[in-house]
Amino acid sequence: MERNPIRRQLAIMRQSLFDQGHVDEQFVQLEELQDDANPNFVEEVVTLYYRDSARIILNIEQALERKPFDFRKLDAYMHQFKGSSSSIGAKKVKAESTLFRECCKSGNGEGCMRSFQQLKKEYATLRKKLGAYFQ
Amino acid sequence: MTVEQIVSEGKDQFPIGMRVLAVDDDPTCLLLLGTLLRRCQYHVTTTSQAKTALKMLRENKNKFDLVISDVHMPDMDGFKLLEHVGLEMDLPVIMLSANGDTKLVMKGITHGACDYLLKPVRIEELQNIWQHVVRRKKKDRCNSGSKDKPHPDSGEAAGIGNVDNNGKLNKKRKDQNEDEDDERDENGHDNEDPSAQKKPRVVWSVELHRKFVAAVNQLGIDKAVPKKILELMNVEKLTRENVASHLQKFRLYLKRISCVANQQANMAAALGTADSAYLRMGSMNGLGNFHTLAGSDQLHNAAFRSFPPSGVLGRLNTPAGLGIRGLPSPGTIQLGHVQNSGNPTNDLSKLQSFVPGNHNTNILQGMPMSLELDRLQHNKSVGHIGELPTTDSTTVFPGSGSLVDARITGFSNNPLLGVTSNSLMLEGSSQQATSHTSVSAIGFQNGNALSDFTSIAPASNQLQDSKADSQGQASPINCNAGQIIRSAPQEWNAPRKDAPYQSHASINSSFPINSAMIQLGQCLDRNNSIFHRTTDLDSVGPLNFVDPLSIKHSEGDNYIMEPSVIEKEGYLMFQPRPHGSHVPDNTGSLKDLASAMMKQVPTNLSVLLQEGDFGCNGYSLRTSI
Repeated sequence: MERNPIRRQLAIMRQSLFDQGHVDEQFVQLEELQDDANPNFVEEVVTLYYRDSARIILNIEQALERKPFDFRKLDAYMHQFKGSSSSIGAKKVKAESTLFRECCKSGNGEGCMRSFQQLKKEYATLRKKLGAYFQ
Repeated sequence: MTVEQIVSEGKDQFPIGMRVLAVDDDPTCLLLLGTLLRRCQYHVTTTSQAKTALKMLRENKNKFDLVISDVHMPDMDGFKLLEHVGLEMDLPVIMLSANGDTKLVMKGITHGACDYLLKPVRIEELQNIWQHVVRRKKKDRCNSGSKDKPHPDSGEAAGIGNVDNNGKLNKKRKDQNEDEDDERDENGHDNEDPSAQKKPRVVWSVELHRKFVAAVNQLGIDKAVPKKILELMNVEKLTRENVASHLQKFRLYLKRISCVANQQANMAAALGTADSAYLRMGSMNGLGNFHTLAGSDQLHNAAFRSFPPSGVLGRLNTPAGLGIRGLPSPGTIQLGHVQNSGNPTNDLSKLQSFVPGNHNTNILQGMPMSLELDRLQHNKSVGHIGELPTTDSTTVFPGSGSLVDARITGFSNNPLLGVTSNSLMLEGSSQQATSHTSVSAIGFQNGNALSDFTSIAPASNQLQDSKADSQGQASPINCNAGQIIRSAPQEWNAPRKDAPYQSHASINSSFPINSAMIQLGQCLDRNNSIFHRTTDLDSVGPLNFVDPLSIKHSEGDNYIMEPSVIEKEGYLMFQPRPHGSHVPDNTGSLKDLASAMMKQVPTNLSVLLQEGDFGCNGYSLRTSI
């Protein structure tokens, strides 16, 4: 009984994650993979994701500091970032990284910078939300 | 689903328990992938390093059934890994990437990927990946068993020169191949239960043929009756009818060889031309890359034509046998040697006398490139050497035309027994158009050829003793060719060149062998390397012809067999043991060669090579490419 409110809250949170577009169906897949054998699977994956993506973001930031932009490298980083983001179902983050890549391809340095800022914001939001969710 | 569960289930409940190796530098994706796969009840191993993955795969090729790899990886490009795995382990590989660009997907497929998945990967997609494993397994089985059924067609089509013969041969070969394939999985499976199948063909493997020849020799060619032969052979599931038909073919082969030998004698004068031809051949063969040979099917034919069949034989022996994938080289060399020891000169002349355009060429041509030995296994027919008439080296199979035919058909039985003339014509059924199979198919068509060879080898041995003439030569050569061919088949693509032909030289006496070898080489080349051995013919060189050959051989692989070439020429004429006692030694060497070759040769080739042992000088490998 006590758990019900918590559960409900969790459900609400979860729903909002979806509604707000932070996560997509892939996240559901992660949840489905969670079972008795892997009780904390989703959390594990997400934690792993944080670690890895933080690293990539750092790389991108460093690359963006070097002018002129090395678009190829930036694109490669972003590709990686996009891959892992999509794996956990981070919808918004993924969308943003796609944009970033577009800018890279067209050599739009400005666009890259902007996109990256946006991406970082989304990323932070996601972390916060997911963090709360898992608590 | 726990991993333990998966492990305990093993492979019997395929696809459950299928062993997958997952490679991805992104830890998130890797974890996800691994979990998904485990959810599908596969047995998963993950690694984030491509190099580690390769190491694991190399450690034990049978450890995994399938590999899934990311495209973008820091230490190694995913496509590169894909190539490596495909080449070395021949495992199905699935590419994985967040990038679904058509170009990338295309690249993946062209590099050999079985499938290309997009990230994020869903479990539904993973649930069906086992199909790739099954498909691959089936393909492999098909390939090894049926020696590329599709090829036989092409290979046959490629048959050398004698369209008719080839056509016939091809068809026959094809049938035989198919039959063989069915029966051959065990490679040694002589007969299928007659009652079980409509008409199971006996696969006259080298071993079997050798036994056959031994039995015939023991009884004496005149007294050899199927019943007694059968008893002597003491092989299960072999019926009297099988033996009878094989014997018939063998007899034809012997007759043919003797004709060739006779012609060779006549051709002595023609030697001069032959030399040049040989040279040509040699050069062709010598190219070592049988390709040349193969490519120059015409050349070969011509070359063969010009030079005495004997040369061909010589060539055949070496290249073919050797060519066969490089295997033979040791073997082939032996052949060459064997032959040379004989009466190189005699042989050579004989070889030369090989009807330049005649039989020899035919032989050569006829020699199905099956010599290509790749498929040599199939090439049994190559062993036709049997016909080697005891006549002087000329037996080389001048009647190549006839021989060829005979070979084609009779390969299975390989008159080899009669290899007295040593003119084993190894028919390199170059048919293997795709080169492997064809050669083998031709020569070995039914495996008989191969078996013939084996029988020839023994026969040649005998011949040597008795005939000292070229005969000895031929057989070795043949053996070589056979071997070459045999060896060739296996790898065809790569190896061939080297090893096989080197041995040609041994063919020495068998100048014809050279030709044969060449043919073999040619045929083999097609098939792959089978005929490389032909170059070995160089060794035959001593015979005189060999020189040209040697020249060629120096090239390396000796024409033999550039698989492509071989296919055409296919004829490896193994010079029948020089009648003129040319090759007394040669035969011995041939034997060695043959044995060497035989060893090398993978089952297929071995058959051919064995023939060589016989010292069938007149081995004419027909590579009917």
